[in-house]
Amino acid sequence: MPANHSTLNQTAAGHAAGQALQHHFADLGQQRDSATLGMWVFLLTELMFFGGMFAAYLVYRVSYPAVFVAASRHMEFWAGTINTVVLLTSSLTMVLGVWAAQTGRRQLLVWFLILTLLFGMAFLGIKAYEYHNHWVQHDVPGDSFQWLGADGRTAPDAREAQIFFSLYFAMTGFHALHMVIGLGLVTFILYQGWKGRYSPEYHTPVENVGLYWHFVDIVWIFLYPLLYLISKRHG
Amino acid sequence: MATSTPVIEKPNYLNADYSVKSWLLTTDHKRIALLYLVAITMFFFVGGFFAMLIRLELLTPAGDLVQADTYNRLFSMHGVVMIFLFLIPSIPAAIGNFVLPMMLGARDLAFPRINLLSWYLLMIGGVMILYSIVTGGFDTGWTFYTPFSTEYSNSNVIVAALGIFVVGFSSILTGLNFIVTTHRMRAPGLTWDRLPLFVWANYATSIIQILGTPVLAITLALVAMERLFNIGIFNPQLGGDPLLFQHLFWFYSHPAVYIMILPSMGVVSEVITCFSRKRVFGYKFVAMASIAIAVLGFLVWAHHMFVAGISAYAALIFSLLSYAVAVPSAIKVFNWTATMYKGSIHLRTPMLYALGFIGLFTMGGMTGLFLASLGIDVHVTDTYFVVAHFHYIMVGGAVMGYMAAIHFWWPKITGRMYSETWGKIAATLIFIGFNLTFFPQFVAGYVGMPRRYHAYAPEFQVLNVLSTAGASILALGYVLPLIYLLWSLRYGAPAGNNPWQATGLEWTTASPPPTYNFDETPVVTSEAYDYPNMPQMPDEEKIGAR
Amino acid sequence: MAEAIVRRKTYVIIWAVLLCLTALTATVSEIELGGWNAPVALAIAGTKALLVALFFMHLRHERSKIVIVWTIAGLFWLLILLLLSMTDYATRGFLNIPGR
Repeated sequence: MPANHSTLNQTAAGHAAGQALQHHFADLGQQRDSATLGMWVFLLTELMFFGGMFAAYLVYRVSYPAVFVAASRHMEFWAGTINTVVLLTSSLTMVLGVWAAQTGRRQLLVWFLILTLLFGMAFLGIKAYEYHNHWVQHDVPGDSFQWLGADGRTAPDAREAQIFFSLYFAMTGFHALHMVIGLGLVTFILYQGWKGRYSPEYHTPVENVGLYWHFVDIVWIFLYPLLYLISKRHG
Repeated sequence: MATSTPVIEKPNYLNADYSVKSWLLTTDHKRIALLYLVAITMFFFVGGFFAMLIRLELLTPAGDLVQADTYNRLFSMHGVVMIFLFLIPSIPAAIGNFVLPMMLGARDLAFPRINLLSWYLLMIGGVMILYSIVTGGFDTGWTFYTPFSTEYSNSNVIVAALGIFVVGFSSILTGLNFIVTTHRMRAPGLTWDRLPLFVWANYATSIIQILGTPVLAITLALVAMERLFNIGIFNPQLGGDPLLFQHLFWFYSHPAVYIMILPSMGVVSEVITCFSRKRVFGYKFVAMASIAIAVLGFLVWAHHMFVAGISAYAALIFSLLSYAVAVPSAIKVFNWTATMYKGSIHLRTPMLYALGFIGLFTMGGMTGLFLASLGIDVHVTDTYFVVAHFHYIMVGGAVMGYMAAIHFWWPKITGRMYSETWGKIAATLIFIGFNLTFFPQFVAGYVGMPRRYHAYAPEFQVLNVLSTAGASILALGYVLPLIYLLWSLRYGAPAGNNPWQATGLEWTTASPPPTYNFDETPVVTSEAYDYPNMPQMPDEEKIGAR
Repeated sequence: MAEAIVRRKTYVIIWAVLLCLTALTATVSEIELGGWNAPVALAIAGTKALLVALFFMHLRHERSKIVIVWTIAGLFWLLILLLLSMTDYATRGFLNIPGR
C-alpha cells in the first residue's frame, strides 16, 4: 500500500515524516518495519555478547560454588536492589516516552525522556559508588586484590574469589558501558523530540532506542540475582 | 588487436561522480562493494606475502630462513589476515553488497549508511591489525590460546585482538543488513522459494555472523583485559580455565568457517545453473541445506578441542554432531552434480572455478570427517593433515568460489568482458598450483609432520619442496587475474546487460548498473533459474561487441 | 500508524509487578532452599525479563513473525552456548578415563 504523501504533508509533523522517508524505501511502513527488525536483530547480537560472559559465569559458579557465595557477600545488597528498582523505573519512563511519541504529545515525550536520563544517571552514580567501595576493600582484580581468611592471611581460595570479581567487573562494566551508550541515544532522541521531529506517523527512533534501553534493563534483571543474591545473608 | 573500445557511457554508478569524497562518503551499495573489493584484495596479498615466507622457510628442514620466534609470528599473521581481513568479508562484502540488493529488485540495502560504516570498521580494524604486525607482530597463532596469549607472549596481542574485535563488528553489521534487506525489500512476486540460492546462502551466512561473532568479540575483549589488568578468567595460575577460552573462541570460530564457505556455495549454485543452462536440481533442498549448515555448524565447535582436555563424554557428543554437519554439504554437492546432468555445459572461466570448487571442497570436507573421528583425530591433530584439510576448504573451496564470483559478475560490475583465454589459463594454474601445494601436506601430516614448526625432520623435505613449488604456481595464478581484469577495464569488450544470458534480476539492468539499479521496481513472475526459457549463451567470440 | 497503542495504566501495572518480583527474589534469597535457590532466582528473573519484553518492548503486539522467530532463535542460541559448554564441564570424570 503506497503511503499517501499528499495527506502526510498537510501537517508540519506529517511534512517532517515525509522528509524522513529514505529514498530506497517504498514507504514509511517498509522503512519502519526494516528499522524495527534491524534493531531486534542487533539486540540479539548484544544477547550473545553478554552471553559469552554468562557462559563464563556459569562455568565458574558450578566449579567454585562456595567461593561464589562468599564473594557475593561482598556485594552491597541495597545498592544492587535500589539500582534494580531505578532501572525498572527508567524502563517505565522510557516506554511512557514511546507512548507520548505515538500519541503526538511532544511535551510529555521530552519530560519522560528527561526522567529516563535522570534514572539512568542515578544508576551509574550508584554503580560508581559501589565500584569505589570495592576498590577500597581490595576487591578489584589485579595486583591490588586481597582476599583474606579468618586469620587475616590470604585465604586458600583467593584465586577463585578473584575470578568472581573479574566476572563481576567484566559483566557490570560492560553493562555500564551499554548504559552510557544508552544515555547518549536517549539524549539524541530527546533533542530530536524537542525539535518536533517526531509524530504519530514517524517516531521509529524513539521506539528503537526504547528497545535498546529495555534490553539493557533485561541484562541487569539477570545480573542482579546472579551477582548480588547468591548468598543467604547480606549486610 | 587490443584497442581502447570507444563506448558512449550511459549514466551509471561509476561515472555518477568522480570525486574522492563521493567514493569515501558513498552510501551506494555498489560503490561500497568496490571499496571492499579493493581493500580485501590488498589484504589478500598481505596474507599471501606471509604465506610466501612460510613456504620459503619450509623448503629446508632446518630453521634457517627465520628464527622460531619469527616463524610463529608469520603463521599467526598469515592466519589472522587471511581469515578476518580477507575470507570473512570476501564474498558477502565485495560481491554480496553489489549483487544482493539487485537480486532482490531493491534500490539499495536496508541500511546504506550502516553499510558504509561496515567498510570503515573493516579498514579501522585492518589498520589496527597491520599496525600490530609492523610493530613486531604477534605469535599466538590466529587462535590466541590462553594462557600464552594472556600471560606469556611478549607480542602485540592486545592491538591485534582489539583490531579483530573491530573487524568483527564490520561482519555483524553486514549480516544485519542482509537479513533485514532479504526480509523487507524483496520485489513484488519474489517469494522466498523464488530467491536465487545466492541469497539463501548469504542469509544463512548472516545468521552465523549475527549469532556467533559477538561471542568472539567478548572473548577477545576478555583476553585483552586479562592481559592488561592481570585478571585470571583464563589463566590457571589465577584460578581460571584455559579450556573456557577455547570453548568461547571456537563457539564462534567454527561457525566462522561456514561464514567463509556458505557464500561460495551460493556462488556455485548460480554459476552451475547458468553454465549448464538448467534449473537447479532440488531447489528446496539446497536452500534448506544452507540453513542447516548454519544451524548445525554451531553445534560442533569442540571438535577443535578433542585432545585439549575436554571430557571424553563431551568429545563423543561433538564427534557425532560433527558427522551430522557434513550431511547438508553433501546434499548440495549431489544436487549440483544432478543439475549438471544432461545440461548444456559451457566450460567458461566461472564454470571452471565452480567445478574446481566442487571437487576440492569435497576432498576437504571428507578429510574433515577423518578429523571428526576421535581416534584418527588423536593421530593427526596439530599436524599438516589439519592444515591441508582447512586449506582445501578455504582455498580450494572458498577462494575458488570467490574467483568464480569475480569472473561471473565482473561484466555486471564493470561493464567489461575480460579475456576468456587468460581467465582459463589462470584458473588452470590455480587448480594445479593449489593441488601441488596442499596435497603433499595431507601426506606429510599423516606421516607425522607437525604444524606451526619452522623446522622439521629431514624425511619430510620432499613433500615440502613439492608444496612450495606448488605455492609458486598458485601465486602466479592469483597474480594473473589482477592483470587481465584490470586490463579489461580499459580494453575489454563492452559486456551488455546480460553477456551470460543468466537469470536473476541483476542481469536485467545495464552493465554497469545505474545508481538506482532499476528504472522501475521489477515484478517477478517466474521461478528461479528459469533457464529453459532463456536464450542460449552466446559463443565466446560473440560475447559483447568487438 | 496502525500499531496498537497500549494504555499507560498497563505499563504502570507491569512496572508494579516487576517491583514486586524484585522484592520477591530478594526475600527468597534469604531462605535456604538448598540447590533450588538458583533455579528459583532465575525463574523470577526470567519472568521479569519476559514481562519487559512482552509489554515494554511490545512483543505482545508485534505483527512481524520474523521478529518473534529471530528472538526465539537468539534465546535458543544462548542456550546452545551455555548447555553444550556444560556437556564438557558437567561430565568430566563420567567415563572413568584418566584426565578426561
